[in-house]
Amino acid sequence: MNLLAQQLVNGLFIGSVYGLFAVGYTLVFGVLDILNLAHAAVFTLGGLSAVWLVQAAGMSIWLAFPLATLLAGGLGLLINAAAFAPLRRRADSQFSGLISSIAMAIIFDAAALGLFGARSVRFPPGTVKVHVWQIAGVTITSLQVGIVLVATLLMLILTLFLQRSRTGKAIRTVAENERAAMLLGVNVSGIIAFTFFISSALGGAAGVLYGLYFDSLAPDMGRAIELKGLAVIILGGMGSIPGAILGGLAFGLSEVLTVAVSGTSNLRDAVAFTVLFAILLLRPSGLLGRGKLREA
Amino acid sequence: MKRFSRFLLWATGCAIFVAVAVSPAISADKIKMGFVFSMTGGAASYGVSQKEGAQLAVDQINAAAGSGMQVTPIFEDDASVPQQGTNVYNKLINGDKVAVVIGPTLSNTAKITNPIAQQIGVTVLGVSNTAGGITEIGDYIFRNSLTEAVVIPNTIRVAKEKLGLKKVVLFYGNDDAFTKSGADVFRKVLQAEGIQILGEQTFAKGDRDFSPQLTQIKSQSPDAIICSALVEEASGIVSQARQLGIAKNVRIVGGNGFNSPALIKNAGEAAEGVIVGAAWNFSSTNPLNVKFVDDYTKKYNHPPDQFAAQAFAGVFIVYQAAKSAGTADNRKAIRDAMLKIKGIDTLLGKFSFTEGRDADHSPVVQEVKNGKFSVFVK
Repeated sequence: MNLLAQQLVNGLFIGSVYGLFAVGYTLVFGVLDILNLAHAAVFTLGGLSAVWLVQAAGMSIWLAFPLATLLAGGLGLLINAAAFAPLRRRADSQFSGLISSIAMAIIFDAAALGLFGARSVRFPPGTVKVHVWQIAGVTITSLQVGIVLVATLLMLILTLFLQRSRTGKAIRTVAENERAAMLLGVNVSGIIAFTFFISSALGGAAGVLYGLYFDSLAPDMGRAIELKGLAVIILGGMGSIPGAILGGLAFGLSEVLTVAVSGTSNLRDAVAFTVLFAILLLRPSGLLGRGKLREA
Repeated sequence: MKRFSRFLLWATGCAIFVAVAVSPAISADKIKMGFVFSMTGGAASYGVSQKEGAQLAVDQINAAAGSGMQVTPIFEDDASVPQQGTNVYNKLINGDKVAVVIGPTLSNTAKITNPIAQQIGVTVLGVSNTAGGITEIGDYIFRNSLTEAVVIPNTIRVAKEKLGLKKVVLFYGNDDAFTKSGADVFRKVLQAEGIQILGEQTFAKGDRDFSPQLTQIKSQSPDAIICSALVEEASGIVSQARQLGIAKNVRIVGGNGFNSPALIKNAGEAAEGVIVGAAWNFSSTNPLNVKFVDDYTKKYNHPPDQFAAQAFAGVFIVYQAAKSAGTADNRKAIRDAMLKIKGIDTLLGKFSFTEGRDADHSPVVQEVKNGKFSVFVK
């Protein structure tokens, strides 16, 4: 029983990081109907720059974390300006934007390699004071609890922001219908840029949390999460934020339980992606997807 | 006139052809060594060390050689994947016409690339391949890295004797030639030593989350975790094991892959007490080793690891062979001289090649203590 509980807890932690990563991914898709494939590279750079801020600039993680998040947001603005905005007027901007975002991903990966080196890096010991708690035979560290809290908080803020604030409403308007939003006086290109900013900031935050949890960051760490993030948002329903969170948790749990049952990590992705395949067959809009509402 | 200019063109073409064909002879007192290391990708932390070690050796040889035989190094990156390894092997062997190839970093890659060199007849010296079946590829394939088959039995014997191991868990990467053959050796030795294997767990290259497997391992309460992993994964395993509350007295025992300062740097406090069998020990008092550690640290501002040490020794071994063969570009003569290397002094100790062209020198068992590798005493 303890064993199962511990495994569920393990899955919860990794799942909340997947969720946070996927929320950023799905946000851009929900608004623009395009996939930003540079999202994983932003995740990597967010994590690596937090390490740099702590290690080289000697900042506390409490300062480095928000700074790295902002920096990742800035990268989002750059992605929008360089890879998406120039193509937006073209007829097939969805497809060409997808390709140019791959180019941005390659540029970012190379930049990470050049700036931070190929070796994996870690936060210096003692960056976060870690307490270990034993609750009914389950080991939980304060770091893990912190990660879940931060991830939950960020997702909560995002949800409230989108529902209540004026800018949030504008983002939803653009998502619903760009032309109508423009007629209503919404600054569409500004809103799109802002959406990229939030999306990438969340991706960067996920990178920092991922780095803190696994204590190992490398320029290629985005590759491991890239496809998973995609799978998570399909599982949850493309463009759905609660869906991304749910999908992230489900994905994390399925991974952990697969490894626990089979004793090998080889089947981990196989099971996760088989579930994804089944979902696509049975419920193509995902768990919480809106289905095909926006035909226009 | 037109005919004359055509003749001129033809003649120039001929001259260039002759110059190109003749040029290797002109540089005969410079031995071209091709280095294939994984400077990017999963094994980058080894490849970067190897390049630094090899570069240091080349610099020292060239500084000491004066008007004697100089070394021209050509470094290539195989990006930790066999496909890219194949490309750079072809480039080095057929394009650059190197006399020998040193590398590649991973046994996995060596299995694919070394047959290319064997077919053409170019000596390959592996300086980090420790899996089985590498030198069996052919009589041009050598290595100066002690195989897991030599290091592991020694490690387990010492660990059993000093810790009284009775039951252990085996945890290894099952998608890599090195970690998998390491696990095979561990399994065989554990059985031979009468140590019970409670269970086996595996992971894949590039994994970062080991908590599911470690949770299972914890529930089996073993005396030790026997682990065959490369340093990136090893670091994650060690730190996550302690995070999950696996007690410090449950030692983690690893092979060559663990033998890098990166393990201590990455896992920090959690690395304390990890037992590592290895071919080379940082604090060995062999004068050649002391000088190497000194020079290396001065040049690169960080201490060397085993990979740097073996790459450094490898360059010297090849150079020694070329010198005794008296040639810088006769590929066959260099191979024949390599076969005759016996008992030469290197920073690894007295070094010879076995009949099967594998390394022969004494292994060590180390323990991480106060943030450093030291000889395991307990």
